[in-house]
Amino acid sequence: MKETLGTTGLILNEPLLWEKGKKGRCGFSLPRRDVESFPLDKELAGEGPEFPDLSEVDVVRHYTRLSQWNFGVDTGMYPLGSCTMKYSPKTNERQASLTGFAGAHPMLPASLSQGTLKMMFELEQYLAEISGMDATTLQPAAGAHGELAGILLIYAFHKSRGAQRSKIIVPDTAHGTNPASVALCGYRPVPVKSNENGILPVEAIARVMDEETAGIMVTNPNTLGLFEENILEIAEIVHSKGGLVYCDGANMNAVMGIVQMGNIGIDVMHLNLHKTFSTPHGGGGPGSGPVCVNNELEPFLPVPRVVEKNGRYLLSEDYPESIGKVQAFHGNVGVMIKAYSYIRSMGPKGLKRASQLAVLNANYIKERLKGTLHLPYDRPCMHECVFSDEHQVADKVTTLDMAKRLMEYGFHPPTVYFPLVVHGAIMVEPTETESKEDIDQFIEAFEAIADEAKENPHRLHKAPKRCKVRRLDEVAAARKPCLAG
Amino acid sequence: MLYLPHTSEDISSMLQVAGVDNLDDLFSTIPEACRLKIELNLPDALTEWELNDHMEALSDSMAVSPEYKVFMGAGSYEHFIPAAVSYLLSRSEFVTSYTPYQPEMSQGTLQAIYEYQTLAARLLGMEIATASHYDGATALAESLLMAIRVTRRKKVAISSLIHPLYRRVIKTYFEPTGYDVIELGYLDNGVTDLAELGKMDDLAAVAVQSPNFFGCIEDLQSVGEKAHDKEALFIASFTEALAYGLFKNPGAQGADIVCGEGQSLGIPRTFGGPALGMLASRKKFMRSLPGRLVGKTKDLDGKRGFVLTLATREQHIRREKATSNICTNNSLCALAAAMYMASVGRTGIKELARLNRDKCQYLKKGLREAGFKIAFDTPTFNEFVVEFPAGFGAIYERLLEKKIVAGIALTPYYPELANHYVLCVTETRSKEEIDALVREVQS
Repeated sequence: MKETLGTTGLILNEPLLWEKGKKGRCGFSLPRRDVESFPLDKELAGEGPEFPDLSEVDVVRHYTRLSQWNFGVDTGMYPLGSCTMKYSPKTNERQASLTGFAGAHPMLPASLSQGTLKMMFELEQYLAEISGMDATTLQPAAGAHGELAGILLIYAFHKSRGAQRSKIIVPDTAHGTNPASVALCGYRPVPVKSNENGILPVEAIARVMDEETAGIMVTNPNTLGLFEENILEIAEIVHSKGGLVYCDGANMNAVMGIVQMGNIGIDVMHLNLHKTFSTPHGGGGPGSGPVCVNNELEPFLPVPRVVEKNGRYLLSEDYPESIGKVQAFHGNVGVMIKAYSYIRSMGPKGLKRASQLAVLNANYIKERLKGTLHLPYDRPCMHECVFSDEHQVADKVTTLDMAKRLMEYGFHPPTVYFPLVVHGAIMVEPTETESKEDIDQFIEAFEAIADEAKENPHRLHKAPKRCKVRRLDEVAAARKPCLAG
Repeated sequence: MLYLPHTSEDISSMLQVAGVDNLDDLFSTIPEACRLKIELNLPDALTEWELNDHMEALSDSMAVSPEYKVFMGAGSYEHFIPAAVSYLLSRSEFVTSYTPYQPEMSQGTLQAIYEYQTLAARLLGMEIATASHYDGATALAESLLMAIRVTRRKKVAISSLIHPLYRRVIKTYFEPTGYDVIELGYLDNGVTDLAELGKMDDLAAVAVQSPNFFGCIEDLQSVGEKAHDKEALFIASFTEALAYGLFKNPGAQGADIVCGEGQSLGIPRTFGGPALGMLASRKKFMRSLPGRLVGKTKDLDGKRGFVLTLATREQHIRREKATSNICTNNSLCALAAAMYMASVGRTGIKELARLNRDKCQYLKKGLREAGFKIAFDTPTFNEFVVEFPAGFGAIYERLLEKKIVAGIALTPYYPELANHYVLCVTETRSKEEIDALVREVQS
């Protein structure tokens, strides 16, 4: 193997913010006082928060050093399964920071906010086209928030028909957010097991679907990286009992321009702009989770909605059946601008190409690593593939050990121990923006680690040693929590 | 393609390894009937040059500073953001990482969020704060649900002077739950009427916003006492976090949970989002908190480090029994707020908050002297309500043409308050601009 990416380097220590600074410093240029001071009732005045006083240099060094303890997509390959850590184009950042977008107040009259409204209107249409659905709301702030909005739509739909239902089918391969979102809306999740091929069996759905069941939440492609091949039959069964089909679109990056969910029986779905549409993950948000629906569910979408009238754009509240609002204002507009900019940069051909190459990269990794790592479902995958640590069990090496060692080779580990249906899961999603050379290097790193597992398992148990910190005591953190300094 | 690194040579060698002949064959597991036969109906790709022109044209049509003088607050505030904050916030290592599932590689995000939690708790006078939520409205909705979990009661009372759009979000969240939301009216001096509380039983929480939607400072101490008399939790919410740089924080006045919007702390308005939902509480409610939390711990060598913690509350472990369905926080917004709070510091935030209040008082005085009626005589921070003469709507429209946005009309939210407008002045409005507003509304 060639020289690895991971190496040692000087990492600087940096204290906590309040361990530095001196009273009287300020890193902020206060505007000139051009009005008199008005008296304030002493009863109302507070002491002022116990913030440290820091200079601008103190602040800049602090965060620059902290940033160097982090790893991002711009640092290297970040194959976190189910998270679609693709490259975030820099032009998108530029567009979102344009003064007209970034400086706009959310309650401006429509006549003074045409640019943002037009962007939102068009983005809704693009997402409806990509998903094959009829209408879109951009209001939900994240994927899980989109799920909540989607289940609220299903709730409103059944309520409008005068017959509320009590359950929703959620497969065992689902993201944890699915059952949690279902529960937030007062429904009971009904679990269904996937079959030996990792997909949902028609009979299992037929067995549990009844007229007390509001619908089903399917992740397609699912969290094993497999396309739900029986989706048409499943949708038919659910519809025949008056239920609705929700699609968790977290994995849409596999099928842009290849499958339109509206054509395969999906009634409502969310998309993650921070996954499929390249907006940066920001260390855990802000994301954006638009929800696309078919005509039947459109009347229930959150308000206000952007409408077009003679080439002008307006915000309309005139939807009496709407579920209301899920955020105070219009959603994460700053994130929408980046996704809009991405779709306009890629065009229809570019988006399809992105999905094709995402799937190519995943299948390439699956084929090349399946001897080294156990592959529980050996069949063509979509944008991600799921391995396990079964081959390493004999050497007393776990998925966690390999993940930690992978850091020292210069890669962010894949998603580990998810999906739950695979014991010791290693879920790899390379995305289309990784080149063959980078992927080859990742594969070689895993091969080297598998060799180390046999020859020197101790080294893996002790990993990582080259990061800012070594393995952390998570048990102590949870037992005696210290959440503030 | 700019972001697609594959050469045709790469593709053919990779296809060979994958065991298929062409890219289409990679999708063989998708039934024929499920596949799209035509190209997506989307506009063709733009070059970076074309995209810049297109986006600039859209952006240019928006009414923003410095061209427009916008006296609007109501949950979204124009504050100066230091260049250092924007610059540091754009560092790729922060921007292009994800939720810190692998703490050894994410200590930057983790320490920064731990510091955010600490500064947020100090600002609000609480012991602990979460790693952030979507926005002030969802933080409040989650806080109310939390109070219901803690008290095992099914009814909450909320002030009608909580931001009207927040109340609509609460209504949406509560619709399928069967829990009751009772709204408390308001008094002539622009604060919440607590008299009705006396008659209510089995309340999980009483929620009041301060400064409230009219800009008035509520007597939180009294709200807390009345809530606690009923053994309900007292939730204090806010839309303008900067107010606590000057006024007593809610923790000092008996709040159990404090939640609201942190956009003022270094986050651009961007038409309302992304924003920063802040949620803080007393330590005894720690295990009932929704959302992500970062905790301090030690590594194998005994060195200080940080991890995501108390995950047993969360959806990826507890699934349908989780305290919330939240997966991510609004991490980068929390980071911006931490950088902002670190930059202003204790000395700076007091002066800055004072300046906001004084400029707003200056406008209030100007309008009063010009003969307009200030609707409520309760102290305010950087917003207040003025009653303009009947027919002011036409003047408001004319001012728009002069690039002045004279606040927000209250009628859509409080139909009884015809011709009432809520106006906001922050440190970004100069004396000349305020004088011009006073002059123009009289014309």
